[in-house]
Amino acid sequence: MYTQEMLESIKRVEATRAARLADVKAGIHPRRMTAEEKVQVKKENHPDYIASQFAELVIGPNRGERVPLELAEMLQANPRVNPKDIDLSKIDYDVDVLVIGGGGSGSAAAIMAHEKGANVMIVTKLRHGDANTMMAEGGIQAADKPNDSPAQHYLDVMGGGHFKNVPDLVRKLVTDAPICIKWLNDLGVMFDKEADGTMVTTHGGGTSRKRMHACKDYSGAEIMRVLRDEVQNRGIPVVDFTSAIEIIKDEKGRAAGAVLMNMETGELLIARAKTVIIATGGAGRMHYQGFPTSNHYGATADGLVLAYRAGAPLLYAYTLQYHPTGAAYPSQIFGALVTEKVRSIGAQLVNKDGEPFMYSLETRDICASGVIRECKRGGGVDTFNGGQGVWLDSPMIDMIHGEGTIEKRIPAMLRMYLKYGIDMRKQPILIYPTLHYQNGGIKIGVNGMSDVENLFVAGEAVGGIHGENRLMGNSLLDIIVFGRNAGVHAAAAAKEVTLGKKLTLSHVKDFMKEMKAAGIKTDAVSPKLLPRYTHGNPVFDQPNAKLMK
Amino acid sequence: MEKMVNIYLYGKKYEVPASLTIMNAMEYAGYQLVRGVGCRCGFCGACATIYRIKGQNELKTCLACQTKVEDNMYIATLPFFPLVKQPYDIQKIKPTEQIMMQLYPEIYSCVGCNACTKACTQDLKVMQYIAYAQRGEYEKCAEESFDCVMCGVCSSRCPAGITHPQVGLLARRLTGKYLAPETEHLLARVAEIEAGDCEAALDEIMAKTAEELKALYNNRDFEQ
Repeated sequence: MYTQEMLESIKRVEATRAARLADVKAGIHPRRMTAEEKVQVKKENHPDYIASQFAELVIGPNRGERVPLELAEMLQANPRVNPKDIDLSKIDYDVDVLVIGGGGSGSAAAIMAHEKGANVMIVTKLRHGDANTMMAEGGIQAADKPNDSPAQHYLDVMGGGHFKNVPDLVRKLVTDAPICIKWLNDLGVMFDKEADGTMVTTHGGGTSRKRMHACKDYSGAEIMRVLRDEVQNRGIPVVDFTSAIEIIKDEKGRAAGAVLMNMETGELLIARAKTVIIATGGAGRMHYQGFPTSNHYGATADGLVLAYRAGAPLLYAYTLQYHPTGAAYPSQIFGALVTEKVRSIGAQLVNKDGEPFMYSLETRDICASGVIRECKRGGGVDTFNGGQGVWLDSPMIDMIHGEGTIEKRIPAMLRMYLKYGIDMRKQPILIYPTLHYQNGGIKIGVNGMSDVENLFVAGEAVGGIHGENRLMGNSLLDIIVFGRNAGVHAAAAAKEVTLGKKLTLSHVKDFMKEMKAAGIKTDAVSPKLLPRYTHGNPVFDQPNAKLMK
Repeated sequence: MEKMVNIYLYGKKYEVPASLTIMNAMEYAGYQLVRGVGCRCGFCGACATIYRIKGQNELKTCLACQTKVEDNMYIATLPFFPLVKQPYDIQKIKPTEQIMMQLYPEIYSCVGCNACTKACTQDLKVMQYIAYAQRGEYEKCAEESFDCVMCGVCSSRCPAGITHPQVGLLARRLTGKYLAPETEHLLARVAEIEAGDCEAALDEIMAKTAEELKALYNNRDFEQ
């Protein structure tokens, strides 16, 4: 269903395809950028470098540091409920380990805490399994082949993150990776394998070895539905459609539970716990800088807000990942993820004239910067509402690997486009960067604990593992490694805790005082919980529009 | 001017742009969704929806995030469906025909109406994968059901009360754990890690200065 202009551009893409294919088959790829060129292209094009889109925090543990405008507003906003109106004496749930978030990391944490004998409960804002994990398509990295090693994986992760990664966390990530693949395999996750059991592995952007394990292009969905099933089999209670809106502490300042809110009725509930794990995921639905997102509906940085108000510092909250290949067209799937695997298995990035303007498997930040630059240079194709995109030449895949490869290896992508009349086996697809991943997050130690005692964090809410840029396939890995890790350590810590007599929200009261002292005047409340969309309905764009809350 | 169409959300009429998906059209109408919304990308199955076009009798099913509105579309979402989920211990069960019989015996009541397949939002051959499950052919069942998003629409249309998504999930876990071939290179690497054999190389690389590490990174050799 392409426009006339697009169809004409496709002809130019087709005209250069044979020569590009011949190059690829001869092992000739567009040149990789030098280290200097990478610095340059990123500085000039990456959204992280647009100073006007950031604000300096004036209160809290990261005072003086810059974060995206939208995040700054949420980190320095009013609590949803004034602590004086919350009765902490009526305990609704009393557990050893409270897991906030029912995605991949939360589920992995809950399973391991349960395995270690803890009385564990999951509370989640939407349904169990509604998470970015479910949407991860491409795969999960692990150095488990003879030509690879955890040390080689370590080098790729550090370089990909521009050496800002916390080394000890990276060591944990790469060392536990093969162990986690085996754990998932033994739970019944169906990895792509050869007939002899060898894992089918591919490159991701920035990897030096083919260590991307996959479950077709439903990798995250396959992992999530198995973990969810395992949580259910173990009888771990899941309180769904319930968000956490505040961390509760005991009189010693340790995390001791959370204030919960029923998303449908608004009822407040109190959960007391010996240890708490924040596994609330990312922030794509904050739509930083107006970008569309590949993220789940609930990805609103809630965990960062909860932790920040409880006094836990963040790390690298200024750095976001814009996935180079979000769907740029048609409008119905604007911003949806086009998995990196499409490039891993052969599709090239080409401009409106069919020229391969860069090596297609640079790290994501470099690739996104390159695409933005190409559009600025006039190499983009006009999409809709003034937007642009470049081509991802998907028909190359079947031409390189044989007919049927797209259907077998990336069925979800094929299905997504076919619904809008685009057959990616025959025609290339239009892409542009989309807000994909929160590189930064809450600072943790190797045991998964934040700087607040007994407050653990796992998954995308953590900062530091991936430095300033995460590689493909290290997020599914990180949620399993650090989810399991947090579950084990939170269960162990819970055994040592005798909860103080008194639960308190004094830290929230102190935060409000700090806001007042800093002169912050705002109507904003946080955590955000859900985005609000009206898709340009003029009724709701009027200043006095009455929207239900 | 954008082309508009009339739709009926739970019977109530709204005028919305024709280019929108059902989910976006609901939001355009003013709903802030809590139920029936998830990944918005066709992976999570939260937004199962039933609709009928005025003047037609057939009830159709879809995912609200993946389907464009049509003029005179009557829409009802199916944000929750009470599927049966039987608990089991994956470490103890075995991939025999008996396990399906024990946990989901209703699959043998399939009347062959194919309503599940017709209703599937992912265009899967649902009745076919249930047939594989009946025969204990779990690998085939796993392959055929692999793209299932567990939206539950198939079960909502089933006269035999079969919980198709759970049957497929059980078959996939049995396949992944017991029927797929063992991965020797994975077992070998895990053994090395557990024996501490990978520590020295990590110690060495972590001891490098920032400059040394950068040089190492910029001169990596790449597997072709």
